Amino acid sequence: MDLPNPNVQSPKVDLTERDVVLRSASAVPPPPDRKLASVAKLIDVSKCIGCKACQSACLEWNDMREEVGVNVGVYDNPHDLTPNTFTLMRFTEWVNPDSGNLEWLIRKDGCMHCEDPGCLKACPAPGAIVKYSNGIVDFVHENCIGCGYCVKGCPFNIPRISKVDHKAYKCTLCSDRVAVGQGPACAKACPTHCISFGTKEEMLKQAEGRITDLKSRGYANAGVYDPPGVGGTHVIYVLHHADKPEIYAGLPNNPRISPLINLWKGGAKYAGMAIMGITAAVGLLHYVVAGANRVKPEDEENAKKLAKGPAS
Amino acid sequence: MSKPYDVEPGDKVNPGDPVTVDRYTAGARINHWITATSLVLLAISGMSLFHPSLFFLTALFGGGDFTRFIHPWIGVVLFFGFSGLFLRFWRANLWEGADNTWLARISDVLRDNEDKLPEVAKYNAGQKMVFWSMSALIIVLITSGIVIWDRYFSNVFTVEQQRIAVLVHATAAVVAICVWIVHVYAAIWVRGTISAMTRGQVTGGWAWRHHRKWLRELVTGGRKS
Repeated sequence: MDLPNPNVQSPKVDLTERDVVLRSASAVPPPPDRKLASVAKLIDVSKCIGCKACQSACLEWNDMREEVGVNVGVYDNPHDLTPNTFTLMRFTEWVNPDSGNLEWLIRKDGCMHCEDPGCLKACPAPGAIVKYSNGIVDFVHENCIGCGYCVKGCPFNIPRISKVDHKAYKCTLCSDRVAVGQGPACAKACPTHCISFGTKEEMLKQAEGRITDLKSRGYANAGVYDPPGVGGTHVIYVLHHADKPEIYAGLPNNPRISPLINLWKGGAKYAGMAIMGITAAVGLLHYVVAGANRVKPEDEENAKKLAKGPAS
Repeated sequence: MSKPYDVEPGDKVNPGDPVTVDRYTAGARINHWITATSLVLLAISGMSLFHPSLFFLTALFGGGDFTRFIHPWIGVVLFFGFSGLFLRFWRANLWEGADNTWLARISDVLRDNEDKLPEVAKYNAGQKMVFWSMSALIIVLITSGIVIWDRYFSNVFTVEQQRIAVLVHATAAVVAICVWIVHVYAAIWVRGTISAMTRGQVTGGWAWRHHRKWLRELVTGGRKS
């Protein structure tokens, strides 16, 4: 096989405030004066050996610690993404019905950096979630209020709210490293080049080569996972069974922002404000037309008569 | 003699010039204003998280974090506050046949043609509708609110349940705010009403004009029993 190893040199960019193309709970910013090349992290699931070096590198770079866990009989450790664990190896034992073989599927879970990010759409705090022109979706913690709306907006169930500082956490795609021309920590640590980072174009080309290779080795349904329902993602997978992404620990088949979230953050937002405004306006209008409803002197007289009783 | 359904504890006519009528006890008034304050604070903090252009209102609560923290707790206060009001007022808000007649003549109500309306008990059909819709909405709001109270219940409910709850919560809140606007507007439009909740009293003329059945019951009830 003459497919070369992926490029380990990351594109040189300096990610700054002026590269923000979407900002939560804010007007769409004016288009930046430069458009960075779209980036992507490619995770080639077929090459993963489940060593968890990426998890360790992620904790180390982000200066996080995970509590010592409990073994419940699976390799997943911790058992789910946490506010400290931005990336997690999820292990699945799957019996291929065609071959009868047991296949060990290991998927590195974490933020997919959607082109159309549901978290950003749901976020009520201005500037707590931003998207850069290279596609990285980042949480800005000083603006985060910890409401958990991003969790509801995310089609992949990724953000986690810290019980310590009540802020939302997820993979940053190492935006701080990318900004100085470094690849993500997980990609640096991966011993099998399962994780690579570069421009999205380059990564898709890399994926294509891998898919050709996998197909030649009997994986007829090998393919790339770059779901169009969320406008594509900036973390993409090569899957040996791309026709069944759900077998990889529940990777959603055709993910998209929930219609409930679209309704809530779309029509309902405007309709709600309009309905309240109209109700108040109708009241005001009625007052202008009808005037105050005042008690007349004869009402007081009648009350006095009634209170004195029928005898008088 | 059995008390009419709409006469509440403390309701009393004070003959004199002018006649005054005791409408709300001090307990009911305190209960009402705790509930009212909570509702206003909830509406402001809730709207600040509902529409981005109102996010600046979080400053009134000490910023976004504190708004997120305090909103559900104010909701708990409102729930118990309104529960108190419910226990006090539910019986006098039972729906009567005359309420249908009143409602059918709503245009006369709005045109202030009160002589064309049936004599009204302690609460008219509009007030009863405010009461029952608020009761239902507050149950919906506290239930959906708990589902999206991330700090304590994020692990109890699925994300999909939370998505439904967040939409239900916002919708119910919009309706509740509209009901609140109707409630406040009616109190301002019908002059002489607000003193019922500030000093507990209305004038005899006000009771004669707007709640004549209730006034008659208070007069005869006081004399004959």
